[in-house]
Amino acid sequence: MKFTLALAQIDTKLGVVSANLDKHLDYIQQARKQGADLVVFPELSLTGYILQDLVPTVAASPTPNDPTFAPLLKASKDIDILVGFVERDARSLHYISAAYLSQGALLHVHRKIYLPTYGMFDEGRFWASGDSIRAFDTRFGRFGVLICEDFWHASPPYLLWMDGAELLIFISASPGRGLTDSPKLESARWVEHVCGAYASLFTCYVASNNRVGFEDGVTYWGGASVFDPLGELVAQGPYHEEALTLAEVDTRLLERTRTRLPLLRDERPDLVQRELSRILNPPREESRP
Amino acid sequence: MKELSINTDLARKILTGFIRDEIRRAGFNRALLGLSGGVDSALSCYLAAEALGPHNVLAVRMPYTSSNQSSFDDAQRVIDAAGVQSITYPITQIVQPLLDVIPLEENVRRGNVMARARMLVLYDFSAASKSLVLGTSNKTEILLGYSTQWGDSAAALNPLGDLYKCQVRQLAAAVGVPDSILRKAPSADLWPGQTDESELGFNYDDADRLLFRLVDKRFSLEDCFAEGFDEKFVNKVMARIQKNHYKRIMPPIAKLSNRTFGYDFLYLRDWGT
Repeated sequence: MKFTLALAQIDTKLGVVSANLDKHLDYIQQARKQGADLVVFPELSLTGYILQDLVPTVAASPTPNDPTFAPLLKASKDIDILVGFVERDARSLHYISAAYLSQGALLHVHRKIYLPTYGMFDEGRFWASGDSIRAFDTRFGRFGVLICEDFWHASPPYLLWMDGAELLIFISASPGRGLTDSPKLESARWVEHVCGAYASLFTCYVASNNRVGFEDGVTYWGGASVFDPLGELVAQGPYHEEALTLAEVDTRLLERTRTRLPLLRDERPDLVQRELSRILNPPREESRP
Repeated sequence: MKELSINTDLARKILTGFIRDEIRRAGFNRALLGLSGGVDSALSCYLAAEALGPHNVLAVRMPYTSSNQSSFDDAQRVIDAAGVQSITYPITQIVQPLLDVIPLEENVRRGNVMARARMLVLYDFSAASKSLVLGTSNKTEILLGYSTQWGDSAAALNPLGDLYKCQVRQLAAAVGVPDSILRKAPSADLWPGQTDESELGFNYDDADRLLFRLVDKRFSLEDCFAEGFDEKFVNKVMARIQKNHYKRIMPPIAKLSNRTFGYDFLYLRDWGT
């Protein structure tokens, strides 16, 4: 099967959900016009990233009665949509979440697992962390979604691979940092490096989308990218500018690659599980007489 | 210094974007800045002109009676090349009456008065011209505390604050700042013959290499000694970083309530924009 995905690397208004929603609807329409089957928005695309004390004021719920999600669900009748939002659960815990909408319904929600709380990041102060990593079936194949720091760790992409994902979708609000003599920031180089590596190691598609714009002095670098199962970069958005980047995903290429290079067939998750069990549960030292 | 060399195209793109975005989000279209004829304010002026359009940038020259004529002329070269609006407002007529009332013998106190007089002028023009004041401090001087609090350090936004002095020079050369400005010894020009490096007691290139290790690369003092940096120099720089930290943060508010600015009332300046 072939389908076209579109990565919308947008800027956002900090804490102004209605303005951000309008921009989403505009990009969704553009993506449709250009023939995309799925449009992907960045992390916290409906709210902006450095929300701090704004977190509880901008939460939305991916249900038909929610004023933010109602028009998005309606728009998803024609094109699948992945959006980033602030999710509040029944216990008033807030998550950095991503909702996959398709044919007018909610198909999947991923809650960010790893909340960076070091250096310039302070997510652990404001957010609860998710506790599940699941691939899910769509009309275009089986996908997995991760949010920013989730894919700085190797285990979430690995688990999605084991769970059958053919396309890994990574969404970020990645602050640009590490200016050197290279034309790329260190943060951009790192993300592209690991996305290419995951695509190669897991013989799957990896689509990564990152926002642009500024929040106070922090700049987001954009540079959406798609890697194919050979690890080749097949589409890339510009750095530091809003853009809609389209790429074709061909599951036949994935199948051919996995025939030639059967890393998935030969992977030994049972061995991983056994060794992890040993590592996590070392035998107790016998007490000395 | 390979380790401190920067991609100037990328820096230029990010910094012009920052100036444009942050000024417009605050509800303005224009910027102004004090133009001394030195490399920091020259670069800031070029970047602002590129970000906002030269007609939206006001360069203010504020010489004191003892200010260096060649700096004044260098500032004119920047104004001409960048095509920005300009005005000259000598601060002698502000500073002199104050010195008549409070005779200040020490250079540092006189220099502080001049720096704050310039701040007064800039902030007044800021209101009059509906422009925001662009800071021109670089990372080296912010770390060393080589500035006057509420004087030259006062600004609405600061594009150069994360670039070391040698990186400012690289970017300045790339955007076309005239050679006469790039080559001359850095000076606050607060009294005749003053240069930054003679006042600090070390040169900027050495300071940049050391600060890059201490700050960006998180080296310990011992790591720096092991790389051959002089122990006295390292200790002197470290002491300056620590002693001047108060200039890098907002004045602390004594916490009494359950919600206090700076501790648990946390919003970006870009809130709602």
